[in-house]
Amino acid sequence: MTDSLYREAILDHFRNPRNRGTLEPADFTYEDVNPLCGDEIRVDVRTDGENVTDVRFSGRGCAISQAAASILMEMVDGRPLDEVKAISREDLLEELGVPISPARMKCAMLGLKVLKAGIYGVPPSDDSL
Amino acid sequence: MVTTRTGNTVDWVRVRDDFPILASLGSREQRLAFLDSAASSQKPERVIAAVDRYYRETNANIHRGVYDLSERATAQYEAARHMVADFINAASPREIVFVRNTTEAINLVAQTWGRRHISAGDLILVTTMDHHSNLVPWQLLAEEKDARLEAVRITDEGVLDLEHLDELLAQGPRLVAFPHVSNSLGTINPAAEIIRKAHDAGAIVVVDGAQSVPHMPVDVQALDADFLAFSGHKMLGPMGSGVLYGKLSLLEGMPPFMGGGGMIRKVSLTRSTWADVPARFEAGTPSVGDAIGLGVAVEYLQGIGMDTVREHERELTAQALDRLREVPGIRLLGPEDLDDRAGVLSFTLGDIHPHDVAAILNEENVAVRAGHHCCQPLMDRLGVVATTRASFYVYNVDEDVDRLVSGLHRAQAIFAS
Repeated sequence: MTDSLYREAILDHFRNPRNRGTLEPADFTYEDVNPLCGDEIRVDVRTDGENVTDVRFSGRGCAISQAAASILMEMVDGRPLDEVKAISREDLLEELGVPISPARMKCAMLGLKVLKAGIYGVPPSDDSL
Repeated sequence: MVTTRTGNTVDWVRVRDDFPILASLGSREQRLAFLDSAASSQKPERVIAAVDRYYRETNANIHRGVYDLSERATAQYEAARHMVADFINAASPREIVFVRNTTEAINLVAQTWGRRHISAGDLILVTTMDHHSNLVPWQLLAEEKDARLEAVRITDEGVLDLEHLDELLAQGPRLVAFPHVSNSLGTINPAAEIIRKAHDAGAIVVVDGAQSVPHMPVDVQALDADFLAFSGHKMLGPMGSGVLYGKLSLLEGMPPFMGGGGMIRKVSLTRSTWADVPARFEAGTPSVGDAIGLGVAVEYLQGIGMDTVREHERELTAQALDRLREVPGIRLLGPEDLDDRAGVLSFTLGDIHPHDVAAILNEENVAVRAGHHCCQPLMDRLGVVATTRASFYVYNVDEDVDRLVSGLHRAQAIFAS
């Protein structure tokens, strides 16, 4: 099925998540849940003040939430903080490369929401992602 | 053509063809397998046409209109009330209050009977398997009145622990609320027995009939239920149609729910007196067309026969249970005995998240629900975050079971490697 949500690239990130784990200590740590699916994600970030020097995620939930968080880790590891702050919903959707229905958008965006909350210190509203 | 145990001969494929949405969605090779009727049912052509016809030929506000159109609308609205009363064997159509849904019906009881009769320290009983709509209204009432709220436990198999019920009843609750059929597990609770015991303990009983009235014969007089709440939209009727049944003697002693037009006898600037039952509980313009559509849905179900509906769903459930047991990693929740179980199948599939299971089934045009099914305390009790739930109705056929089973095998294959 060519338009499947569960393409090999997504499943690969789900089965073999990149940057999975925690950082102790970390410069930013944040965690949140998606009440729809019960997804939980925590993101730990280390930074030298300009760049993300290390990043890890942990948590559990549906394949979309966990794969999207893993993909996000690859997007931000080593990147300048300013660029990380500028990552949009569309940027992440493009990397995911599968059609995300409105019902699953919160799953796909949970990692990004948590990451930004960690960087800014407050969670962004769903609309501003 | 299938002859059921009740002796009725029904062609279920022809029944399915009465539902336009099931014919129009999907391809000929892959029709929509709709397995989410516990959330809301599809509507037969006859119901859709009745609502359409109402707006084309009969629409006007009911009651007090002295012109023909309003009288016709009133007559059809009240005829629907009679049909619903007959359907559940109410002693009088005055015992039928039209509301929007089960939730509104239960809130109505909590905010009227409950506020008048529950006081500080009183005990209200609910169950671990109640839908949030039969929990939260009682939580709100208990908080307001400083009353106590206790939940009857369930066993690991997902049936009510009747010994625990007895223990709690010995404490003399004022009110007992329980689901006739669990929306998450399909468990059919022994309603008549629970009601009898609750009455012996001096309690008033509220039955959540959202998952029973659409699927099996329900006789409120045989059950001796004080209140029974159910949703028209789960029984082939329009969304926005729901029913509260209440014993006349109880309804007559209750204050109004909402204030407004239609529910008064006489109004002065500073006080009012109330209309008779059931108008007292139907403030404002009701959803007339939807009530009329519900009446037609009731006729449609009576045409099949509720024993036959139950038998059909039992057949599908038996088939599905047998075949689902063969899916690797599946954990089926709820009672094994088909006598104790309605056409609801809740399960988990290994470590695969229910939303992923449902999404994969969706890719096969199979519609199921995934989540906590508005039963978070029940999910906690069962030690799961969520489940996938398939539920059956009159328009489901053997092929839908095949599609569900093969979809689950595909989900297993996708996540197995």
